[in-house]
Amino acid sequence: MELTKEQAQEIIARRVAREFKDGDVVTLGIGLPTKAISYVSDDVHIIVQSENGVLGVGAYQDDSNRDPHIINAGGFGVTINDGGCFVDSLTAFAMMRGGHIDLTVLGALQVDAEGNLANWCIPGKFTPGMGGAMDLVVGTKRLIIAMEHTAKGAPKILQKCTLPLTVAHKVNTIITEKAVFEIINNKLILREISPYSSLDEIRQTTDAEFIVDLTA
Amino acid sequence: MVKFITAKEATHFFKNGQTVMIGGFLNCGNPQDVITEILKTNLKDFTLIANDTATPEDSRGKLVVAHKIKKAIVSHIGTNQETVRQYNAKEIEVDLQPQGTLAERIRAAGAGLGGILTPVGLNTLVAENKQIITVDNKQYLLETPLKADVAIIYATYADKFGNLAFHGSTKNFNVLMPMAADVVIVEAENISEQPLSPDNIVVPGIFVDYMIKKENNGTD
Repeated sequence: MELTKEQAQEIIARRVAREFKDGDVVTLGIGLPTKAISYVSDDVHIIVQSENGVLGVGAYQDDSNRDPHIINAGGFGVTINDGGCFVDSLTAFAMMRGGHIDLTVLGALQVDAEGNLANWCIPGKFTPGMGGAMDLVVGTKRLIIAMEHTAKGAPKILQKCTLPLTVAHKVNTIITEKAVFEIINNKLILREISPYSSLDEIRQTTDAEFIVDLTA
Repeated sequence: MVKFITAKEATHFFKNGQTVMIGGFLNCGNPQDVITEILKTNLKDFTLIANDTATPEDSRGKLVVAHKIKKAIVSHIGTNQETVRQYNAKEIEVDLQPQGTLAERIRAAGAGLGGILTPVGLNTLVAENKQIITVDNKQYLLETPLKADVAIIYATYADKFGNLAFHGSTKNFNVLMPMAADVVIVEAENISEQPLSPDNIVVPGIFVDYMIKKENNGTD
């Protein structure tokens, strides 16, 4: 079934939202991962950390509460929730690197069957910099990659990443509009097939060997 | 003791080719006034140490546009298309650092440490030409201290002793850079005659050399 980009992203964001547990401290990449917050169920309260030094990121600002001194890591004006606090970059990264973040959701250019992630550089074409991504993925207790299954038809889930790595052997889960995979002991395991896809389609659009185990 | 000066006077503390730290994260907590004055001078060939190169219209991003930065040691350049263009055209040298590593390298210089050990960057391009040290069977990269000749810092609140405090997410690198530069120039939005409460001070005044009353609120 052919989905629009918007439909694919909504499917992914809704599925990611089901991974949050009440009380989780989470960090979310800019774009698609951040959209997942909109779909978190009302009885699940999470604490969102932003690498620029906000713990307890709330809703985006509107005309009633503009404050140019409070932004998220994407540079957008946000509010801070009750119980939240502002910290400097050292403390923000101690939270990330030091193992104090329960769950991190990021996008990817490529991810592979061994849990390697590439999301910061296409040599000669695209080098915005890694920002906080490398620190974040090293320290997080759990790393979910949320991304569209392919880029312009080309597989993004590979046997081995070809782009420069962000981190080696750290990805736990991959969520796309077609499937949910887990990576355990360097093995890629298909856990869910989206109602909008099929095993055949997933095989055709995934450039890696995987085990099918939908029982977990 | 901290000296109160104008942004124009602050330009006298810079020389061509110096290493300059500038606080701020994207569009937040950015010093502006000293940069505006530097743009009016012939100063050039700086090595910039900062989180990012902001945007072409903002703070340190304007120094890139004016070709005053020879080398940028930053974690991110993607929000400033002029940095990206100069990088691709080999007009500027860019040394990309993982953001937490950048922060800790600055802290190491300010805290008198010989470097830090971090697992960040292992098995990536970041590890190239770096020493790997094993502690308790875990591997780490040795990252060396980063110091500067001059630092330009934003603060929301200051007192006449040079003590600084911050509102919102403006702390970012503004809190750590004052420890790691020989000359520290602060642009403060509010300077009080009364001392700030010792309970609320984030940057002690002994790290600050010069203070400027800020003309704008640091966000442009």
